Amino acid sequence: MKKLMLGNEAVARGAYEAGVLVATAYPGTPSTEITEHIVKYPEINSEWSVNEKVALEVAIGSAIAGARTVVSMKHVGLNVAADPLMTVAYTGINAGLLIIVADDPSMHSSQNEQDTRYYGMFAKIPVLEPSDSQECKDFVKLGLEISEKFDTPVILRLSTRVSHSQSLVELEEKEKIELKLYDYNPSKYVSAPANAKKRRIFIEERLNELSNFADSSDINKIEYTNKKIGIITSGVAYNYAKEAVSDASFLKFGMSYPLPEEKIKEFVQNCDKVYVFEELEPIFEQKIRSIGLNVIGKEIFPVVGELSSEIIRNALLNESKIVIEKIEGLPQRPPVLCPGCHHRGPFYVLKKLKLHVAGDIGCYTLGGFEPLNAIDTTICMGASIGMAHGFEMARGKDFAKKSVAVIGDSTFWHSGVTGLIDIVYNKGHSTVIILDNSITAMTGHQENPSTGKTLSGESTNQIDFEALGRSIGINRIRVVDAYDLKALEETIKEEVNAEEPSLIITKRPCVLIKGVKFDFKDYKIDPELCTGCKLCLKAGCPAISFDGKVAKINDSLCVGCGLCKDLCKFSAIVEVVK
Amino acid sequence: MNIVIAAVGGQGAVLASKILGTLAQNLGKDVKVSEVHGMSQRGGSVVAYVKFGEKVYSPVVEKGTADIVLAFEMLEGARYVDYLKENGKLVVNTQKIDPMPVITGNMKYPSDLSEKFEELNIGYIPVDALSIAKKAGTLKAVNVALIGVLAKNSNIKKEEWIKAIKDTVPEKFLELNLKAFEMGYNLE
Repeated sequence: MKKLMLGNEAVARGAYEAGVLVATAYPGTPSTEITEHIVKYPEINSEWSVNEKVALEVAIGSAIAGARTVVSMKHVGLNVAADPLMTVAYTGINAGLLIIVADDPSMHSSQNEQDTRYYGMFAKIPVLEPSDSQECKDFVKLGLEISEKFDTPVILRLSTRVSHSQSLVELEEKEKIELKLYDYNPSKYVSAPANAKKRRIFIEERLNELSNFADSSDINKIEYTNKKIGIITSGVAYNYAKEAVSDASFLKFGMSYPLPEEKIKEFVQNCDKVYVFEELEPIFEQKIRSIGLNVIGKEIFPVVGELSSEIIRNALLNESKIVIEKIEGLPQRPPVLCPGCHHRGPFYVLKKLKLHVAGDIGCYTLGGFEPLNAIDTTICMGASIGMAHGFEMARGKDFAKKSVAVIGDSTFWHSGVTGLIDIVYNKGHSTVIILDNSITAMTGHQENPSTGKTLSGESTNQIDFEALGRSIGINRIRVVDAYDLKALEETIKEEVNAEEPSLIITKRPCVLIKGVKFDFKDYKIDPELCTGCKLCLKAGCPAISFDGKVAKINDSLCVGCGLCKDLCKFSAIVEVVK
Repeated sequence: MNIVIAAVGGQGAVLASKILGTLAQNLGKDVKVSEVHGMSQRGGSVVAYVKFGEKVYSPVVEKGTADIVLAFEMLEGARYVDYLKENGKLVVNTQKIDPMPVITGNMKYPSDLSEKFEELNIGYIPVDALSIAKKAGTLKAVNVALIGVLAKNSNIKKEEWIKAIKDTVPEKFLELNLKAFEMGYNLE
């Protein structure tokens, strides 16, 4: 039976069919749906881990304990997990271990654009790269087989267009895979120098064997048609090229590290002109040139952003398909904090108080843009707290009184908690604001340690920010209603001036959480009272706009949080009496 | 068949693309559906592509190759109109949703979009889908109301469209959505 499946859904199906028993992840676009689909298979024991490093560590333990295991994350998540990655490459595994990493070329929802194939090369482990949903499923199974055959973790590299495209997938039965015996083998798994030195030799031998496999396996395919143009490619770029120049010959890598040298030599020798069409970095191109072959690559294809059929068509055939003129000068529509979002209040106040704000990764990063403009810096998950302390290290205690760190609840557990401990331990004075909306909102509402629920929806311990703060030695802990602007302003003013570290928790559930009840009301603008001062627009709520004279509320967007009512000095925002 | 769905985050572009993808699969075609979300869920521009035919390679519709741009909002229609091929159709909800640069007064919402659409060499089909959705009983049915209009303008049988909606939309919202579809389909 064929089913139309999202790439990520097909990955989950592959895990199920391959007899995977354990799956871990931290959510991150475009990888999140893998785990959201895996949890639908009760045979698989799955979890949201607090961050990617922990997710990989749990997965390594599980694989050594004998269960086929997958762990998934986005590209920047692999940076967090890089430490265990580099060593599990040495120790190897027992049952199959697949590390699924989704890259985001063009940065549709990421802070940078990085190429996970480098991590495969760095760790000297194989990287598989599917080009559609069917291959997503097939390569999960193949990846686990390679993992077990060569005693190596394997990376499955996805990209936004593979993860978030749907195509047809042939469903198959679940394989019968037994739990392997626990592999008690300290000389392999205790990576102390004496053992690691032996494994260092082993991984070079393994890489050689993997290169031979790359040449002999069907995962790397040559398709000859017209030999005038040869195209070497992988992943979704194969589909772009196939659509644009269908009559060319192709060498498609399903395994993008290590590469099949013999196949490459044969292909390049058989084609008149060979192009290397790869998304992001010139990794294939450099390898191919290093074996003395001449190919055309990044001198005509961009190294930045996603590729497309248009790019290869323009470069190779000099044809353009555009016939309808683009309408110029249109206003952009950037993403914004949702109507009713509880982060709006803290950001409004931080801006009003002119504080330096070290920001973090999540929906609330949007508080850095027009019209709130309330964030100075954003680097990576968990960085805000350490950076606020860095502000103080550089510019002293008085600067700490003019700055704060903001961080979401999930991000705090991910990697903010260690920064907070650092501040307390090193006698800093920073104020840290946890924007607690009781969910991992940015990626589409995943549970986390403060929501009281696990991935599968079971009740669990709800870890308490206040208790945690006290236990690490913070004396000043305040909890504030995020919609109460007056209380927020007073609290923040007091805490930034305190002579010790402070923790402020702004509390309100995300307005989009299903099943949460709000006591919201309907509001409208009284045009008689509105003076057109536009102060209400400063909250950056998409439900309020300005018609040239007075403000107006779009009732199809407004959720009735009433924050704007408190901003209006003329009481022009009034409750609708039903 | 290449279709571009252009919408504002939260308007239901992803569900609409699922319905079209299911329709194509039910017709026995090869099909690819692609969307990008994440940040765009927060009221930003969202675009989804649906492609079906004998064999589909790229999941992305190229500029100048779309048979249909199905736009859930005027400005979003304008943003993707150059994806249409000559004589392609723009089916667009006439609703206007101000983006943040307009709300903050940094830019103006273009007032002449319908004139511009009429000047282009395309089939321009404006639809007041918000009113249809309101009448059907939920503002959220803009997407399916537009699919009704699209169905009427296609040569695929109506029953196939209804089956695709039934296969895709969760049971408890099905009745409302079928109503919105019918109203879109029967629009004069």
